[in-house]
Amino acid sequence: MRFRFAVFTTRAVNATSRRLGRGRGTVAGGRSGLKVDPQLLQHLTASRQVVLVTGTNGKTTTTRLLAVALGAGGATVVSNETGSNMPPGHVAALAGDRRATVAVLEVDEIYLPRVLSATNPAAVVLLNLSRDQLDRTNEVRMVSGHWRAALAAAPHATVVANADDPLVVWAAGAAAQVRWVGAGLRWQLDAVGCPSCEGRIAFDAAGSWACVTGCGFVRPDPSVTMSTGGEATGGEATCGEPTGGESTGGEATGGASATTYYGEWADGRSERIRLLLPGRFNHSNALMAAVAAEAMGIAVADGLAAMADVGEVAGRFTTRLVNGVRTRLMLAKNPAGWSELLDLVGNDDGPIVISINARTADGADPSWLWDVPFERLARRVVVATGDRCRDLSVRLHYAGVAHVMESDPLAAVRIAHDGHDGHDGHDGYDGYDGAKRAERDGGDDADRTDRERVDVIGNYTAFAELLQASVPAPVGT
Amino acid sequence: MTTPLRIAVVYPDLLGTYGDGGNGLILARRAQWRGTEVVLAQATSDVGLPEADIYCLGGGEDGPQVRAARSLIEDGTLTRRAGAGAVVLAVCAGYQIVGKTFPGADGMLHEGVGLLDIATAKGSGPRAVGEVAGEPSEDAPGALPALTGFENHGGTTTLGPGVTPLARVVYGVGNGDGSGTEGAVSGRVIGTYLHGPLLARNPALADLLLDWALADGPVEVPPHDPASDRVVVAPFDDSAADALREERLAATMGSRRGRVRLRRRR
Repeated sequence: MRFRFAVFTTRAVNATSRRLGRGRGTVAGGRSGLKVDPQLLQHLTASRQVVLVTGTNGKTTTTRLLAVALGAGGATVVSNETGSNMPPGHVAALAGDRRATVAVLEVDEIYLPRVLSATNPAAVVLLNLSRDQLDRTNEVRMVSGHWRAALAAAPHATVVANADDPLVVWAAGAAAQVRWVGAGLRWQLDAVGCPSCEGRIAFDAAGSWACVTGCGFVRPDPSVTMSTGGEATGGEATCGEPTGGESTGGEATGGASATTYYGEWADGRSERIRLLLPGRFNHSNALMAAVAAEAMGIAVADGLAAMADVGEVAGRFTTRLVNGVRTRLMLAKNPAGWSELLDLVGNDDGPIVISINARTADGADPSWLWDVPFERLARRVVVATGDRCRDLSVRLHYAGVAHVMESDPLAAVRIAHDGHDGHDGHDGYDGYDGAKRAERDGGDDADRTDRERVDVIGNYTAFAELLQASVPAPVGT
Repeated sequence: MTTPLRIAVVYPDLLGTYGDGGNGLILARRAQWRGTEVVLAQATSDVGLPEADIYCLGGGEDGPQVRAARSLIEDGTLTRRAGAGAVVLAVCAGYQIVGKTFPGADGMLHEGVGLLDIATAKGSGPRAVGEVAGEPSEDAPGALPALTGFENHGGTTTLGPGVTPLARVVYGVGNGDGSGTEGAVSGRVIGTYLHGPLLARNPALADLLLDWALADGPVEVPPHDPASDRVVVAPFDDSAADALREERLAATMGSRRGRVRLRRRR
């Protein structure tokens, strides 16, 4: 009885909240429901197959890809797609769809132990662990330890774990059933201290690792590894948006051939990972999702085929209009995420807007900007914006990156666009003009498939703000 | 200078949680802007600490912090070079380990490198996390303007007679021993809880360290016209850092809201 009233409350508060225009209401409804029935998460997952996805980066994308893959098997799948990844968000999503037999839940790193014990999941996906929101989670190694204890107490869950991240391996090492995936790890600095013996982890050039102190903590042999194939030939996933519209193509909008990605299984199988989503990291997320889907009974090829059609995840990577300007919105909120994204945007030569906030959801301390190799943007003209554009400006200054500072994100997008077009709306900024000239002289016009489009990268709330202010780009513009 | 200025970021694999590697980069760039040749070393903990003129230590987690202290004591280079007049800038966990004792994750007190006459113990209250503003103390070196930074530490640090405080806390916690002080200085060794990183927000302090290391006195910085909010900065142009300082100091010292929050945090 209490359970049914809690479900009713969750849905009613969400509906009211939506009607009042106070956002999607997922958190408000979930909180109310959990007040009525503190065991609501247990009750809402008791008769479903549950898969949890967690990690510092890639949670939302992997959750989405996995939900799509599991749906390919014919199951009805419920997921917390809005990114509300703590119990109120889980409860809201689950209460909103009582018929779905499968639940794919994105889980905040800190909340994994709680959600794990409440939901008795069939599978848990562990992507990576690195510094994020420094003022909230100052010790990622402690998080790894908490995961480890929680997984040791969940013997029925199949853990799909990134073998390339020592902190993930430490956590998954206590689990009863693990499928190790060589998913890659671009940012290794948070994993140098051995979580097993306090010694030192050494990585080799190929990304393999071992504790050099000799405690025996080494990279486990993965059952599947992501590999990059030769350069793609022909038009396959090489150029973005030949006709405009919502779909985004491969990562090489600068015109270079896109890399192709494969999952290579230890038993000899090989599967091409084809995605509309760009970047090494998204292909790595897809492989993790495919392995999790396989654990749930979906053939790898079927899972991957279903993921291939996903063109955007929570507004990321699509072409949208912001302040009338065609943009590609992207999210990067910590050094690890930035390291991956710079691979994607670092070789382009168009204008780029970077928006940095330090609100509660971002963490109040943006000193992580100094861990990001912004030097790699030296070819691009950057417009620094957001609440903390001054922190970013100082960082870019020392990185030797020409930039303009404009605290209003919408105006910043306009400046990036106008400056790029050569319609100079702001005379007198010599450095910017010089940088534009350098960009014009150095850039190869023919290489760009969408010269009008401005790349926009924000951290958590900065991205959300820009997404909120954007509309889908009309086809053909 | 005929020989290059050697700057070492000490153990970035153990001590670099809060973007502290930025301090080394900032020193290197500012020295280059003076026309000085610079070697910037990322001195990881798997090899011996290189000879350098300036050493920068940053923040770290409890386990790595203990390893860093042990390794620095065994290595001996930092103590020897500091004794020979090298500049040391130690931030957060780095600050604690250049003192005499500091607490580890195990709750035990560990031996520090001993460059500063300070002792750190585990604090009794919640972690000190947030913005800090400080007025340089009268006996602090140089003529520094107000200091701004971000702190995140659980320890409280007590200063011995062998050091002077770096600053008097105007906003935030700092050393947290009840003295209202922040950081400690002895000779050319400066320790502080302020990151952000420290030298990004306090370029005058960076220049003071370079003055010490280069021993060629203060350098005239050409004036810059801060005409616009939208600025592209060129070398020796601190308009970006000045704007950041103004914003951060206003958020702490200047505003009424800042003072209210200050009372609550204490």
